[in-house]
Amino acid sequence: MSIDKDTVRKVAHLARIAEPEERLEPLAKEISGILDWIEQLNEVDVEGVEAMASTVDVTLPMREDVCQDGPTGGGQPDNVVANAPKTEDHFFVVPKVVE
Amino acid sequence: MTNPADLTLAQLRDALKKKETTSLEATDAYLARIEKAKPLNAFITTTADKARDMAKASDTKLAKGEGGDLEGVPLGIKDLFCTEGVLTTAASHILDGFTPRYESTVTSNLWRDGAVCLGKLNLDEFAMGSSNETSFYGNVINPWRREGDDTALTPGGSSGGSSAAVAARLCAAATATDTGGSIRQPASLTNTVGVKPTYGRVSRWGIVAFASSLDQAGPVAQDVRDAAVMLKSMAGPDPKDSTCINRPVPDYEAVLGQSLKGMKIGVPKEYRLDGMPEEIEKLWAQGIDWMKDAGCEIVDISLPMTKYALPVYYIVAPAEASSNLARYDGVKYGHRAKDYTDILSMYENTRAEGFGDEVKRRILIGTYVLSAGYYDAYYLRAQKVRKKIFDEFTDAFSKVDLILTPSTPSAAFALGEKSDDPVQMYLNDVFTVTGNLAGLPGASVPAGYDKQGLPLGLQLLARPFDEETMFKGMYAIEQAAGATKRPAEWWA
Repeated sequence: MSIDKDTVRKVAHLARIAEPEERLEPLAKEISGILDWIEQLNEVDVEGVEAMASTVDVTLPMREDVCQDGPTGGGQPDNVVANAPKTEDHFFVVPKVVE
Repeated sequence: MTNPADLTLAQLRDALKKKETTSLEATDAYLARIEKAKPLNAFITTTADKARDMAKASDTKLAKGEGGDLEGVPLGIKDLFCTEGVLTTAASHILDGFTPRYESTVTSNLWRDGAVCLGKLNLDEFAMGSSNETSFYGNVINPWRREGDDTALTPGGSSGGSSAAVAARLCAAATATDTGGSIRQPASLTNTVGVKPTYGRVSRWGIVAFASSLDQAGPVAQDVRDAAVMLKSMAGPDPKDSTCINRPVPDYEAVLGQSLKGMKIGVPKEYRLDGMPEEIEKLWAQGIDWMKDAGCEIVDISLPMTKYALPVYYIVAPAEASSNLARYDGVKYGHRAKDYTDILSMYENTRAEGFGDEVKRRILIGTYVLSAGYYDAYYLRAQKVRKKIFDEFTDAFSKVDLILTPSTPSAAFALGEKSDDPVQMYLNDVFTVTGNLAGLPGASVPAGYDKQGLPLGLQLLARPFDEETMFKGMYAIEQAAGATKRPAEWWA
């Protein structure tokens, strides 16, 4: 199935990537090429086949419900915001969302 | 004695224990080589000071007769592993300036065992690519060249920095990751050994995520023994990664040289591709003979779902990537665009500036196949075909112990040669990608050279968590092939 310029515009918006107008047409062509190639999966009979979620047969391990030490534990606001482009008092700062 | 940087990892480890050399000497020897090898562009960051400090600490331990399995051994780390206090880029502009406040489990394990960090190795951006041409930090160049020809060739991808660095002896061994073949394909193109363990054998905690149900870390090494030593250190249970399996790690080195007598080797007919170079066919036939000579029984098997593996991969991997890469928004870390009008345009412009074309292409495909109306047709169908691929392997492994195939459909190609056509580029991983979809361990071992003198590898696939049998087979191929040539050091 081919996808058009408008679909690329919509998908780019959903993916939060600004694509300039002149890139939409080439991208539509590239992505259509890949999707056409992927279409061959329609040949496969998947009737009654369960969709695969994991290659290893394990149940999700559970941890004690306690605050961990080390990097996965709490109480480290400095570490959490250390790499942010803009912070204030251990908050991430972004442009105003509500006027 | 000889330059310690000419030794294999295992030889260096033993020489250090016997005090025939010091970690500082080895570290300095590697740092000198890295300096000369700038034209290969294998490293994004070198950590010379940190390396010398770690080496001195190792030498103190070694002098007292103490130290771990890798004490004093200098390694290169793919720049997809978070390293505390050291710039970590995933080869992307969007992670500009990111210095993690934590250490990945794999690198923690390596430092625990005494290894020395030489620096961070180049890769395809977010590990997306098969030629190392998508890195924000430029292409890595394969140390290997065609005979009498100085065309720049790809070292493979995405672990191209790892494979080039090991092939050029810029580190004793390197860490790498494999989502669709990113350890085995570059290993094959550079005459190195690459091992992708069973999904769940190695913790993924602290590794920048690409496709979470496929990514697995492993080593690129000079020979099979080195790969065994590296994997033992890297692997093991990790409470911080719920997909990491809680089972003991065997001593892979201990099985090397054990007999293969009576073992059954599967040869899948579907891996014989139209238009595959004759040399690869011949190498494969040669590999089959080596296994027969080692006392194995060859079993013809059929894996008819093989042809659908790449299309499945190019739905599942971008789908997971589009979700994983949502975290790069200019808020928590890395690059933030300068020009924006509101929060939405801040996200959109940041991501437009920060991601390269291949990454954007995959995020868009992933977003599309997961979007309402297409989820069932693409994503769900792909996960069902994936189950059929998995079942086919389970059935095959009820009849055979290992599967033998070529590692790649061609030798190293020229940079730029395939980058115009994404589908052509994707076909590089045609033999390796099934191992990721089914979660199987797989490895590439140097097995021969094409008529232009370029290395070619053979791949072994094994049952889940049966890396020991795989290592036995790898060692047998290595011994029979004797493909131990090194590239001419044209850059030095």
